[in-house]
Amino acid sequence: MTVRGLVKHYGDTKALDGVDLDVREGTVMGVLGPNGAGKTTLVRILSTLLAPDAGRATVAGYDVVRQPRQLRRVIGLTGQYASVDEKLSGWENLYLIGRLLDLSRKDTRARADELLERFSLIEAARRPVGTYSGGMRRRLDLAASMIGRPAVLYLDEPTTGLDPRTRNEVWDEVKAMVGDGVTVLLTTQYMEEAEQLASELTVVDRGKVIAGGGIEELKARVGGRTLRVRPADPAHLRPLARALDELGITGLATTTVDAERGSVLVPVLSDEQLTAVIGAVTARGITLSSVVTELPSLDEVFLSLTGHRASAPQDTRPADDREEVAV
Amino acid sequence: MSAATLTPTAAGDAPIPLRAHLRHTGALVRRNLLWIRQDPESMFDAVLFPVIFTLLFVYVFGGSIGASMGGGQDQYVQYVVPGLMAMMGMNMAQGVGTGFNTDFNSGVMDRFRSLPIGRGSVLVAKIAVELMRMLFATVVLMIVAVLVGFDITHWTGMLASIGLSAVFGSALMWVFLTLGVVMKSAQSVQAMGFLVLMPLQFGSSIFAPTASMPGWLQNFTDYNPLSALADTARGLMLGGPVAHDLWVTLAWSVALTAVMAPVAIHKFRTKN
Repeated sequence: MTVRGLVKHYGDTKALDGVDLDVREGTVMGVLGPNGAGKTTLVRILSTLLAPDAGRATVAGYDVVRQPRQLRRVIGLTGQYASVDEKLSGWENLYLIGRLLDLSRKDTRARADELLERFSLIEAARRPVGTYSGGMRRRLDLAASMIGRPAVLYLDEPTTGLDPRTRNEVWDEVKAMVGDGVTVLLTTQYMEEAEQLASELTVVDRGKVIAGGGIEELKARVGGRTLRVRPADPAHLRPLARALDELGITGLATTTVDAERGSVLVPVLSDEQLTAVIGAVTARGITLSSVVTELPSLDEVFLSLTGHRASAPQDTRPADDREEVAV
Repeated sequence: MSAATLTPTAAGDAPIPLRAHLRHTGALVRRNLLWIRQDPESMFDAVLFPVIFTLLFVYVFGGSIGASMGGGQDQYVQYVVPGLMAMMGMNMAQGVGTGFNTDFNSGVMDRFRSLPIGRGSVLVAKIAVELMRMLFATVVLMIVAVLVGFDITHWTGMLASIGLSAVFGSALMWVFLTLGVVMKSAQSVQAMGFLVLMPLQFGSSIFAPTASMPGWLQNFTDYNPLSALADTARGLMLGGPVAHDLWVTLAWSVALTAVMAPVAIHKFRTKN
């Protein structure tokens, strides 16, 4: 996938202002940005739903403007809102799309059964989609995108609005698809999602690419993870903070004490540093009740990359929704 | 495949064979029929509309309008039933835009538009299903009409006028499809349809002879295509001259389709 100088205006607003992007075959490219950064516009152009005002884009060897029909045969699209027909059953939805993709009746039936099984929707297969839960709908939407065995899959904020458990289910499905060798373009507002699924990341803001590269590289640039360490005894809070400060492992930021939540925050750049922190705590004989690694939020990523906050702060997930690390 | 079969905008792109178009349209028709199975209430209008309108006009207005025509309710039944039948296509046409708009707002249309199908297939399938609903409503209407005393004298004329109503109705559907694509919500499509059709339907010869209407209104009804449609249906079903009204109706149908079908497809194609 090659994108060069893509521009799209909506009236006076520049939704895309000269976007360049390269995605290698069989990899997952994460496009990270706040609402209104132009992520959805980009996906709509690359999936032939929208014509760009300027620039070029080639996907799987087809020009998005000049060869839309051929391109549509090899792409799958899962939008922000589950685009499945609520009045049809899950099976009927998949059957319809298979037929529209010119699969034979027999192949369509086999493919629908196979995908319903894979996405754990067999029991609900004959029920109208209107009765499905949010997670089931999203899984059906993914299944629908996979019917034609696409070479390129667009996932436009695939987990926005889902609860953590359902989100994990969707992630697992996406990982399985990637295992099949599909090239994926994933847009997201969450650093954590990008880290889970993508191998490379492009950060967009106000229609422009502001950073790009491997996930690890970007994480290092934005300060990696933050470790939230909570002592079992609140009286140990200050001694713990001092101990970690003395460790002097980070040059980026200093240890901060979050007295309200009874924990100490330490930025760490590597797994070695994380281990060193735990080691220091053990050496002091302080008992911990929890250690949580927190990924930088979109806001923090933006702050460190651009010096300004994301145009519309979006990371409103509760802290307990973040990655827990067993002590 | 020769280069000549490619349109300039699709240069280098694969054209869709006719058989594939038919298959896609068939799959989409099936989808819309499954809706009816899932949601039988959606057929209520097709059943209730002919029943209510027939009973309302025949029993409430029939006596007095019939009397003014020099007869009675019996005479009015013969007058109004062909008019109601002519209306059927139009009333079903309204529904097409509403359902279409819902598809856009739910994201289903995005999926269809990202599939390698002709974009016209989605529109044609919608029209085909609404025509089926219209034929169903027409059958209901004829049953009710016979029950209230309508005398079918010209069977072939009746079939011809059903066909004509379908032709005019599908021409009108392109207008409502366009509204369905450009308007924001299903409710506004419905409201718009009502606002446009109401004066056209009542300001015509569908329900009553226009001779007693004031001059300015007669000018309107004379040019109203619905008058021509209703008068053609009347001529075909009861006997009488039809040639002029038939040509007017066909001309309107062709003109509406020729103008609005490309507009609908274009709006559909370029919708963001």
